[in-house]
Amino acid sequence: MEPAIELKKISKSFGPVQANKDINISVMPGTIHGIIGENGAGKSTLMSILYGFYKADAGEIFVDGKKISIPDSQAAIAVGIGMVFQHFKLVENFSVLENIVLGAESGALLSPSLSKARTELAELASEYELNVDPDAIIEDIGVGMQQRVEILKALYRKANILILDEPTGVLTPAEADQLFRILKRLREEGKTIILITHKLREIMDITDTVSVMRQGEMTATLKTDDTSPEDLAELMVGRKVLLRVDKTPAKPTDPVLEIQNLSMVDDFGVKRLKNINLTVKAGEILGIAGVAGNGQSELLQVLGGYSAATGVIKLNGSEIDLSTSVSGDGQARRAMGMAHVPEDRQREGLIMDFMAWENAVFGYHREKSNQANRFFMDNNAIRKETEEKMKRFDVRPPNPKLTAKNFSGGNQQKIVLAREIERNPDLLLVGQPTRGVDIGAIEFIHQQIVALRDQGKAILLISVELDEILSLSDRVLVMFDGEIMGERQPENTNEKELGLLMAGVSEEFAQ
Amino acid sequence: MDIMPKWVDIIVVPFISVLIAAVLSALLIIAIGESPIAALNLMIEGTLFRSAGWGYMLYYTTNFIFTGLAVSVAFHAALFNIGGEGQAMIGGLGVALVCLFIPWPHWTLAIIGASIGAAVFGMVWAGLPAYLQAKRGSHIVITTIMFNFIAAGVLNFFLVDVLKPKGSMDPASANFPTTTHLPTFQDMASIFGFEKAFRSAPANVSFFIAILACAAVWYLIWRSPLGYEIRALGKSGPAARYAGVRPVKIIMIAMMISGALCGMMAINTTQGESERLILNFTEGAGFIGIAVALMGRSHPFGVLLAALLFGFLYQGGAELALWTKIPRELIVVIQALVILFTGALSLMVRAPLERFFMSLQKAKA
Repeated sequence: MEPAIELKKISKSFGPVQANKDINISVMPGTIHGIIGENGAGKSTLMSILYGFYKADAGEIFVDGKKISIPDSQAAIAVGIGMVFQHFKLVENFSVLENIVLGAESGALLSPSLSKARTELAELASEYELNVDPDAIIEDIGVGMQQRVEILKALYRKANILILDEPTGVLTPAEADQLFRILKRLREEGKTIILITHKLREIMDITDTVSVMRQGEMTATLKTDDTSPEDLAELMVGRKVLLRVDKTPAKPTDPVLEIQNLSMVDDFGVKRLKNINLTVKAGEILGIAGVAGNGQSELLQVLGGYSAATGVIKLNGSEIDLSTSVSGDGQARRAMGMAHVPEDRQREGLIMDFMAWENAVFGYHREKSNQANRFFMDNNAIRKETEEKMKRFDVRPPNPKLTAKNFSGGNQQKIVLAREIERNPDLLLVGQPTRGVDIGAIEFIHQQIVALRDQGKAILLISVELDEILSLSDRVLVMFDGEIMGERQPENTNEKELGLLMAGVSEEFAQ
Repeated sequence: MDIMPKWVDIIVVPFISVLIAAVLSALLIIAIGESPIAALNLMIEGTLFRSAGWGYMLYYTTNFIFTGLAVSVAFHAALFNIGGEGQAMIGGLGVALVCLFIPWPHWTLAIIGASIGAAVFGMVWAGLPAYLQAKRGSHIVITTIMFNFIAAGVLNFFLVDVLKPKGSMDPASANFPTTTHLPTFQDMASIFGFEKAFRSAPANVSFFIAILACAAVWYLIWRSPLGYEIRALGKSGPAARYAGVRPVKIIMIAMMISGALCGMMAINTTQGESERLILNFTEGAGFIGIAVALMGRSHPFGVLLAALLFGFLYQGGAELALWTKIPRELIVVIQALVILFTGALSLMVRAPLERFFMSLQKAKA
């Protein structure tokens, strides 16, 4: 049988950077093929070449045994390649139907296209069990549904080869399972699926074959059954990687952070936090699990001092005045011993246009140690100190004059982490510490967080990655719709139980 | 790594932009029926080969430094202050009140007093839109430009109804006392025995205040924690909030510094040149400041160079209008072309240059 898609010696470079080097892939029809690799390994570049966003410098592409060229995405669609992007390309205020037709209208008038699409959509829905309401508005439906619309969009365009880029990044475990069911169904119907991901578990769960990329090269192509997560991780990183966090039992002592009856209403009058009560003790990591958007971000914002709230927050026994903390209180809290690794390092944690050394004092820039005198900052000292910090935290390259946006995701996160941890805080707030971070860096970041705990510091960890919560935390709280649904010990619970709590199923029922 | 070396970005890109603007202007001059070479010669001779030409050029440059710095400071906070005209007008009012109603014994004291008066008045005038932006979210571009018209009205009222001497038909204040007279470049040259240098040119000691302001702004933006916060807020609001920077405070401070700098332009025009408060003394310098800041890439040194260029264009334009058929308005066209190419179209120049440097890097690798 001819491979559904075959790449031969694809190369692509951007300036001096070789993003893809002599890539060979061949995927048989009716299979799910995984492509795994760290950030910057060249996965996305490769797929962009397949979808006609980039032109390869060299190499050949074959679809169903025929050599083709893909100058643009129209050409890719014409040969039956469909792409579901990590960030959905949907018009928020259009209906499902309108989004599916967009760009594939059959004539000058819209209504014939729409009615034609409606019947085809019904057929697709029954064929692949992809049910969506064609008249629902995109912004009103959940992320899982939106992803389905993206898949339907590709199928409507007669895609036989479906490429999905990090499809589970925004999904709950249940939604991810549903997606995998859909993908298996599509495979049964003879579609070929290419799944790009950095999650080893997904590769193991669903793919038939897997290719590993590292630094622009294809390091291996394997049958999934013949490999293990450890082997794949080693192929990705180029060395042995510890997948489980190595830590001793926690020795919690005095409470550092105490939260009582914390509630918060956002600018639109929606209640985001509802009577939160929790305590983080010195020497423990308290993990908060939950699907993104259930109040975790707001909790971090309130604690970080840039959203007003009602209730009581005590840090080291002294109460923080929440009434004045509408914004700009962050520096006072840092002085009290709080450090904060925000959820979104590119939006909040770093200024992408600032150099590394400028970012290394962000939030602490008015502290005495960073001042040369009353009026000016001691830039030379900051630069020197930053260079040392970057070396200690293995930031590559350790050049304090490089702009933040020029570092990879993992290295950016290390810059943030270095800044917050090196202050030796009593309490560390960490949001999504390893989002978009490569495996090698994840290991390092987890080690740093555990090391801080072992020094007797309190850590509040918020993450949407259940794996991370379960392996790092000493206690786990689950948040749903602004409320704490329950507390679990990571060793006595499992993903299924936490998944139910995350979906808002109440405590008694979940047990 | 950045694709281009910094010096290319700061010097070569603006230089090429100006060159393109110059070529287009040359075509325009040919269309009018004059020789562009002769016109350029005349501009250079009238501006750079005579000390009086220098005296005029530096006078304009002083204005443009102040307004250019003002726009730059606001730019760093991602605020577009196009109210420089109004802030300068109100600054002039401050200068006039200080010079007319306080008996100054000597100009050295008077210039300090006038600077404070100008800065405070400009600051207040910029502070109002800043407050509306910071607290109410009224867009600063809209409010500052409307405040220009209000400022013109206020100035008009003061000149016609308050400051105009009795019996005068001219909407202008009385002459300032002679003790407030600022030494011009001619006065200063005479001390060294060059009585004929800079004859009757308006450039005066406030030029040096403008240079000091450049240094002060550089220290503020790149050395002080306040400047750090201004730049942080300008680059990313959410990040600034995370770091505990108060946006309301920073918006207010950045705009008030900007307004103060605009206001200080009036020590050059009002105390230095006209020595009384007159209508329309700003002559569009508040708007030229936007071009100067764009071309100088919001860096004080760049602003200084751009202000010199625009000073040259202003003075050279006057020469052209005097000696050729080329109307003075053509200079406005040339300025517009410079603004177009250095501001709006700078990407047009930058993109091919980036490609060039990329291929250089590739060749090396």
